[in-house]
Amino acid sequence: MPEKESRQIILKGIGGSPGICIGKAYLLDKEGVDVIKKYFIPGEDLKSEKNRFKSAVKKAKDELHGIIEGIPDDLRETANILETHAVLLKDKMIYGKTIEIIEKEKINAEWALKKAVSDIRDMFKSMSDPYFRERAADIVHVSELITKNLVGADYSGVRDIDKRVILVADDLSPAETSQIQLERVMGFVTDRGGITSHTGIIARTLEIPAVMGVDLATSLIKNDDLMAIDGLTGEVVVNPTEETLVRFVKHKIAYEARRAVMTRGIHLPTRTLDDCYIQIMGNIELPEEVVSVKNYGGDGIGLYRTEFQYLSRAGFPTEYELFDKYRDVVEVMAPKPVTIRTLDINGDKALTYHSTAQEQNPALGLRGIRYCLKRTDVFKTQLRAILRAAAYGKVRILFPMISDCGEIREARRLLNEVADSLEKEGAGFRRDIEVGIMIEVPSAVIMADIMAKEVDFFSIGTNDLIQYSLAIDRGNRHVAHLYEPLHPAILRMIKTVSDAAKNSGIKVFMCGEMAGVPLYMPVLLGLGITELSMNPSSIPGVKYVITCLNHADTEAFAKTALGQSTAEDVKTLLHDTYEDIFSGSAEIPIPAFHGENNGEDN
Amino acid sequence: MSSSPEKFSKNAVIVNELGLHARSAAKIAEIARTAKSKIWVIRDGEKADAASIIDMLALACSKGTRVTISADYSEDIEILNRIKALIQNGFGE
Repeated sequence: MPEKESRQIILKGIGGSPGICIGKAYLLDKEGVDVIKKYFIPGEDLKSEKNRFKSAVKKAKDELHGIIEGIPDDLRETANILETHAVLLKDKMIYGKTIEIIEKEKINAEWALKKAVSDIRDMFKSMSDPYFRERAADIVHVSELITKNLVGADYSGVRDIDKRVILVADDLSPAETSQIQLERVMGFVTDRGGITSHTGIIARTLEIPAVMGVDLATSLIKNDDLMAIDGLTGEVVVNPTEETLVRFVKHKIAYEARRAVMTRGIHLPTRTLDDCYIQIMGNIELPEEVVSVKNYGGDGIGLYRTEFQYLSRAGFPTEYELFDKYRDVVEVMAPKPVTIRTLDINGDKALTYHSTAQEQNPALGLRGIRYCLKRTDVFKTQLRAILRAAAYGKVRILFPMISDCGEIREARRLLNEVADSLEKEGAGFRRDIEVGIMIEVPSAVIMADIMAKEVDFFSIGTNDLIQYSLAIDRGNRHVAHLYEPLHPAILRMIKTVSDAAKNSGIKVFMCGEMAGVPLYMPVLLGLGITELSMNPSSIPGVKYVITCLNHADTEAFAKTALGQSTAEDVKTLLHDTYEDIFSGSAEIPIPAFHGENNGEDN
Repeated sequence: MSSSPEKFSKNAVIVNELGLHARSAAKIAEIARTAKSKIWVIRDGEKADAASIIDMLALACSKGTRVTISADYSEDIEILNRIKALIQNGFGE
């Protein structure tokens, strides 16, 4: 195939970290090793090429054994993993296959190994069981060990980048990201990963633009290609034309100007023009994300999703593991509140060894509080960890998927039970924490007035509430366009919940994606929401818009909005009424629906 | 292909929580590599080379999976016994 000449290529990914940059590509190969060269080996040298491979494997094996011997007994787990790697080195699918490829295709050992490994990796990746899928990482690690020994002194990785570049990689491991001299990196583009991938988090924390999940980025982009990326829209342009460059530069200037306006006063409390205080919180999944919430001036954590520690692992996390992570977050945020949502998945399914039992309709299945009340052992472990972490700052607990008052009572009973046993043990913990529920099932909306008597706060999870109320699966592209937060039915439901909370004197928050969209602020404020929690990078935009609003006006506005017939009508009304605020920023896209979450989100 | 495998095969059920994962497969592979003939792990008719961890992982055997271990030659019956014992003991986990 002829090489593509510097023709402009436009790629689309997921905006991982907002910002725009233009620069040259620096390609990292899959394992962080510089791109491996392919060359042919003349027939008479094949034997020595195979020997070169064999000795690289031997060296890797010796190295591993050296490391294993030096591991103290209490790190037995690590030694076990490395021992597995040592056996893998000689696995026929790596070892035998590479030798076979050298022989058959008469190519160098590095390339042959790469080929063998990528086949295996594809096989693992296509497996449905997350544990087995993860094994691909072991294979990559083993092949990297061999590659290092094959390439020898020329081996270079992420450490050696010596100019300002846009890093292009398959994905970056935490180890790799920690080695990069980040001041040399202007932006990230990765084949894989999403908003919550490690690279995405790092990029947002450092405010470096990043686009993730760009299929084929590493195969289409070559080293030193000029490229322009937009971390908000997810656009990546390789070999941009003159016009494209002008467009990006314009956007960059506009983005930075707007950003400067938004970040001014970002650490001040968010008040409307008529001095109503609105709390702006961050949603997080990993403890590391606390940094971005703080950087963006968040008033606390409105939603700490705890599923991550249960995923892709070979057993339930222990109380200590959970406590350790929760304490990290709670301590860093203190005295600001951290709202910990209890497990909102089917834990058995997240764990590897139970994965065979597929539910027909998981969104309507055994998940969230339903699962926790069934597996009280798993639930209690988490509750213990949360209560213990509560001793280190301000913790609020949030139960997901509540559809019935009985569930609240049962969950509270277990929470008390756990607190009693912690007290008996004399453990450090806190009992008097606020207890709230997610309002995300329509039955909870209808029962909100009754439920309000049983809890300290409501948190409206709009993602699921909209899906359940409008009967729309956002993952289904035939109906995804019908997903509409401004649907008058949704607004009326929010109103019902907000009124119920007000009547019982409890607080009402919102933590779905809807809460992070500046355009929706007039209606949300008007409906009486006083605390909003969102992806950290949405905080500045939302804060900015709120400071332009008059709370009393939004109440009148919400009343009119509630009387509309369709979402279109509400949208038109919004644009007409708040034209001055939103048209001023029309040049710049309204900060992300950091969407594409896999449905298991609030 | 060599003689019919039924003659030299043993059945076992995976009992450890984690299933036939990388480390347990490594233990089987270590034994299988000392065999004179090829040793196979078979799940629902799908065959994996017991000397290859990767091949075995591809079977994705979780806890409770029934597997058959077979050898191409009768000399390796002792190897089969050792692997069967290993699986039944939950790989000593």
